[in-house]
Amino acid sequence: MLETLAATELAQGDSVWWALLRIAIVLGFVLAIVPGLIWWERRLLSWFQDRIGPNRVGPFGLLQPIADGVKLFFKEDITPATVDRLLYFIAPAIALFPAFAIWATIPWGPDRRLTPIADVDVGILYILAISSLGVYGLFLGGWASNNKYSLLGGLRSAAQMVSYELAMGVSLGCVILATGSLRLTEVVSMQFEPLWGVVPWMQNWFILTPWGFVAGIIFLITMVAETNRAPFDLPEAESELISGFHTEYSSMKFAVFFMGEYATMLAFSGIFAAVFLGGWSPLPLNWEFLALRANDAGLPWLASALSFIGGPIAAPIWMVGKMFGGITFYVWLRATLPRLRYDQLMNLGWKYLLPIAALNFVVVAIWMQFGWFALLGALVVLLLLYINVVVFPARGRRDGDDEMLVLVKPQVQTEKSIEVSRS
Amino acid sequence: MSVGVVVFLLMATVIVLSAWGVVVARNAVRSALSLVINFFTLALLYFGMHYDLLGISQILVYTGFIMMLFLFCILLLNLGAPDTLFEPSLIKRSIAWFTGGVLVLAVASQVIGPLAVADAGPSAPEGFGEAASVGTALFTGWVYAFEIASVLLLVGIVGSILVAKRRD
Repeated sequence: MLETLAATELAQGDSVWWALLRIAIVLGFVLAIVPGLIWWERRLLSWFQDRIGPNRVGPFGLLQPIADGVKLFFKEDITPATVDRLLYFIAPAIALFPAFAIWATIPWGPDRRLTPIADVDVGILYILAISSLGVYGLFLGGWASNNKYSLLGGLRSAAQMVSYELAMGVSLGCVILATGSLRLTEVVSMQFEPLWGVVPWMQNWFILTPWGFVAGIIFLITMVAETNRAPFDLPEAESELISGFHTEYSSMKFAVFFMGEYATMLAFSGIFAAVFLGGWSPLPLNWEFLALRANDAGLPWLASALSFIGGPIAAPIWMVGKMFGGITFYVWLRATLPRLRYDQLMNLGWKYLLPIAALNFVVVAIWMQFGWFALLGALVVLLLLYINVVVFPARGRRDGDDEMLVLVKPQVQTEKSIEVSRS
Repeated sequence: MSVGVVVFLLMATVIVLSAWGVVVARNAVRSALSLVINFFTLALLYFGMHYDLLGISQILVYTGFIMMLFLFCILLLNLGAPDTLFEPSLIKRSIAWFTGGVLVLAVASQVIGPLAVADAGPSAPEGFGEAASVGTALFTGWVYAFEIASVLLLVGIVGSILVAKRRD
């Protein structure tokens, strides 16, 4: 009785030891890989900018992050005189906490004993909840520094995160609607179905479906904003806020902020991979189906190779590869796009991302409930309405009362025109 | 004592201390931060009882958004002066202590009695409080209440914009 109980516990990975092992794997991986990420970002960014980058310490400069870490440990830890000492001290710790906690529901492979740490029924909500905590560290750090620029950085980060969290939630809501599950492992395994239900040799990665593509792009933009990375790095804008919330931080406290940022970036890349990019499958191909076909064609070596690629042993490799792809995307964005202005940031979040995400949500709901034929009909009706209500009336009033034309025309500011513009 | 009881006592201690901190802290930001810790630990307590959805909602709604807005307001209003929070009148303070004490006694008399005799906590039916059952309840039996609540919130938002709007 007891033995069978222990065996089933072992099979489900339900014992305390398995749980501790899962936690150790994730923590060990994140702590070990963050210096590597910093090296990768610096090298890649320097190639983008036609420089060489750190290449002196160790082969290809690989030991540079370790040297930087040693330097940061031994730097003088300056605490400015007028800071709120308690909050100034714990703010980096608060910033680091969600960066590690968010990993708890990200699945790495099909083996439930080793990953994820907790396969709870509310996995996607958990990610949203924990990422909304990420702002506290920045916010409190900015406030406790007792510095106007830091405070502005903290306020910006709070407003930015609250704004973009909404669009992120709605875009993830589309996935929840389509899969009918909040469990991340189920979201991943739903993507191993045939593509669009009709192509048996491919997998139904959500990024390949029309609604999933829209939701995926919105999630991609919001995840960059959530992690405060360029072009959304307004909380630490060097040119205007002198690094914003961490201006007053030095030594390891400063480093801890950035450790949290990189760990969160990696975690969000993992979430994007799990929710939209088919989790631990390297390509959107149905490996079992292809292996069967290869066997039928008399190529057993190809069949075993295919089932190994799609199998549980190789799975974490593909997952980590996708996470690194996400980091590369982050760096690419940083090297390509200039920083947004604050009003542009808010416009993008509230006027474009949130409505598009909400519309996508409605589209998924109609498709789930009434099928794609009704969805097409509804879209045609909407398009006709749009043309009749928005496009044609706009063409009709070309004669000077169009708002854009008024803005372009040089106007003489008379007393009367000021009165008119005020009212 | 089982592991569960130890974990519960640990979290309960944090909850009580942080709740105390909300009232005692002289600084509005520290007070709000204590409330954040309180809400978050409460969510951990829900997780311990396997009410995952309740705990997640607690973190998402209260810890993530409402407390963020609290902190935002505190910073924007710059509630820095702790002297305004100090009550100098001895009579008022003694009345406050008295009524507070009565409240503690009243709550304790109702809570401690059942706690002392209970051998197991009240148990919920299977599947109670899970995402699926909560969603089904919200969108079938309680859909009108749910929609009316959302309309109420919308009215609140529109009203606050109207109040805050600049008048010419």
